[in-house]
Amino acid sequence: MARNPDADSAPAPKAVKTSTIEFDADKAKTFKVVGSRPPRPDGMDKVTGRARFGADMVMPGQLVGLILRSPHPHAVIVSIDTTAAEALSGVKSVITRDDFAENADHHDVLCNIMAREKALYEGHAIAAVAATSKAVARKALKLIKVDYQILPHVTDVDLAMAPDAPLLHADMITSGVTPAPTKPSNIAGRSEFGHGDVEAGFALADVIIERDFKTAATHQGYIEPHACVANVGADGMSELWCCTQGHFHVRQVCASLLGIDVSRLRVTASEIGGGFGGKTTVFIEPVALALSRKAGRPVKIAMSRDEVFKASGPTASSSMNVKIGVTKDGHITAGEGEFRYQGGAFAGAPADFGAMSAFACYALDNVKTVAYDVVTNRPKGAAYRAPGAPMSVYAVESVIAELAGEIGMDPIELRLKNAAREGTKSSYGPKFGSCGLVETLEAARDHPHYSAPLGPNQGRGVASGFWFNFGGETCSTLNINADGTVAIAVGTPDIGGSRAAMCIMAAEELGIPYERVRTIVADTSSLGYNDTTEGSRVTFSSGMAVIKASRKAVTEMCNRAAMIWDIPAEAVTWEDGHAKPSGANAGEFEPMSLAEIAATASKTGGPIAGHHEYNADGAGVSFGTHIVDTEVDPETGRVDILRYTVVQDAGKAIHPDYVEGQFQGGAVQGIGWALNEEYIYGEDGRLQNAGFLDYRMPVASDLPMIDTVIVEVPNPGHPYGVRGVGETGIVPPLAAIANGVSAAAGVRLTELPMSPPRVLKAIDDAKVAAQ
Amino acid sequence: MVQVTLSGTFQQVAGGISTLEIEAKNIRQLLNGLEKQCPELKPLLANGIAVAIDSTIYRDDWFQPIPTDSEVFIIPRLAGG
Repeated sequence: MARNPDADSAPAPKAVKTSTIEFDADKAKTFKVVGSRPPRPDGMDKVTGRARFGADMVMPGQLVGLILRSPHPHAVIVSIDTTAAEALSGVKSVITRDDFAENADHHDVLCNIMAREKALYEGHAIAAVAATSKAVARKALKLIKVDYQILPHVTDVDLAMAPDAPLLHADMITSGVTPAPTKPSNIAGRSEFGHGDVEAGFALADVIIERDFKTAATHQGYIEPHACVANVGADGMSELWCCTQGHFHVRQVCASLLGIDVSRLRVTASEIGGGFGGKTTVFIEPVALALSRKAGRPVKIAMSRDEVFKASGPTASSSMNVKIGVTKDGHITAGEGEFRYQGGAFAGAPADFGAMSAFACYALDNVKTVAYDVVTNRPKGAAYRAPGAPMSVYAVESVIAELAGEIGMDPIELRLKNAAREGTKSSYGPKFGSCGLVETLEAARDHPHYSAPLGPNQGRGVASGFWFNFGGETCSTLNINADGTVAIAVGTPDIGGSRAAMCIMAAEELGIPYERVRTIVADTSSLGYNDTTEGSRVTFSSGMAVIKASRKAVTEMCNRAAMIWDIPAEAVTWEDGHAKPSGANAGEFEPMSLAEIAATASKTGGPIAGHHEYNADGAGVSFGTHIVDTEVDPETGRVDILRYTVVQDAGKAIHPDYVEGQFQGGAVQGIGWALNEEYIYGEDGRLQNAGFLDYRMPVASDLPMIDTVIVEVPNPGHPYGVRGVGETGIVPPLAAIANGVSAAAGVRLTELPMSPPRVLKAIDDAKVAAQ
Repeated sequence: MVQVTLSGTFQQVAGGISTLEIEAKNIRQLLNGLEKQCPELKPLLANGIAVAIDSTIYRDDWFQPIPTDSEVFIIPRLAGG
């Protein structure tokens, strides 16, 4: 939050407008377009290959950029000699750490995109070349001589926290500890949340279960690798085409790292082949710009899949302890958890969000969570849908399932008995406003899936989950075209169907068909700043901007009709896409359609447009409950997902197909995380499975149809009641599947992924223990 | 006066203070008051935080009014994927 420290004495403004429009229950009863399922506007482009992704841009004279990456997980970079590479015919520029100045605002980003004193993980960028062909660029990389002084490494979170662990950063003093430590460590920060007295709470419990859990680091697994084309002109005017979730953020960071004004850098977001949080930061973009600046020609960099795994931003791995107490009649008396996350070589693992989310589903008098953000010799982590929450919720919901079994209570009934509701003091502090956890639990309980019979070696798991959601800086422009069609420009890349949602909301406000509206993602020179597409914020915040822009356009169209009719503007209303005279003295005039008003706009004052810029606040929290049936092969440990149902509160589903798609996508990514996906490191600190053949993501043949139930508890902070839906769907699956597999295998699984060898070992160990 | 509750790291960095009272009518005044009472929080405040006022979370909204008797929490700045 950029702040003015000199503003202490500034008086509070007398009139303050809030940024949100409150939920309009009457309008919600009369929706004509909202809630329909029209064809997606990007569908044809994507199935025909016409859509242009990051690597599809070609500029005249374009060079190929490649990056030399460290083979060592931890090493001092003693020297880099690029002489031979620069002398190679066809090489137009070579850059190293010396081509980037120190940058206090983005220090970690700078150190991540091009290593400085040390290489901190296998795959860390050391140098880059731009050449006339890929072959020449590859040859040039081989000619770069790097002298490394190899250091001991650490990739495991618990080992990294040990006092004698190899130290990544000599200046890392743990924050959040009083008094501050006197020595550096790999623990970047400690956070603590909660209220009440957990020891007193545990004293009231009849049953207490305490467990340790681990989860592996996983990758978002987007199909499209990072790619960009940078073009820095001789006059310093620059353009960048890239696949990103936030091109305004890319512009800010790149301009800062290159030391140029943001106005000199125009960033265009390409069509995007998946992001899930992994494309909310920069990796190759500043490198491409620096290469282009030095070469004086455009430079394209496209990561290989190997690079995506080794040098983009996977999610954190975790090590956790959770303890929960409950009375015989199902009252949770206390919950406590410690969550240790490693987020790669730099601070920023989402441990605090994990700790905040862990017990969010429950109304607890006594709760305490502690989070540790730890650095290791792995690539710097990036966000991944509801960052931090799936792991901690996995631990808590696993113990909840065990407790339900111990006291003989149905697991949904146990959750309902303790569920967070409006007015509940959340485990992270504030009270909840309107929310729909209870509704999702009741819908799950009443779903036919929940009472369907199970066969041998099959087990059913249930889990609930939570995500905060937020809004952020947003603006949009809506233009009424002369032929009565409408063009909308937003600044939030469409990663989940937002263009369709914008068209629907504008069509609803304007009273015209969906097909008459088109939405584009505008470049950074065409709109004011927009925060990144993240935090499940776009349908909520860009949508509200479009609604407000539509209403401004409607006001102007009413003004134009009033001028034509020569009556006061107040005597004109907007109804079903038409301006109509209203009131006793308004006169008798035929209603004018949007198209008719647009056709005469050039004579009534010029183009008609609406726009809106604001800080979107009031994003409603989101809860979901998942049910899953699993089958475990006791001879091999293989797990099959037989049936899966997602129940989630969407507030209001603007385009239900997309909402269901978000639910299904979250479940499927969760299935991969729970069963197979993991970053596997060898003793040498190198990633062993940097490719989709060895990093096992679920494919269609692994999955049943994911059933969905959309619960709609309106968000009071949005005119249509919208809540973000993009992230909550990945929070419950890890726990739901773990509960299902544990039930099927007859033994509690406490480490992810539950790959066949691990499941088989758990079964065998249980047999030995029973004997 | 607004009663503010510090959560997470903020509480530890502020020397264990969990709640404090600040004269503030909006978020900007709240942050400035917080900085005055707990100077050690200055780096964290500069890096970005979120303010929860009566269940609604605000990230960057200096002039959001804080009604009297509101429930106010300082929490980590939210991010997402």
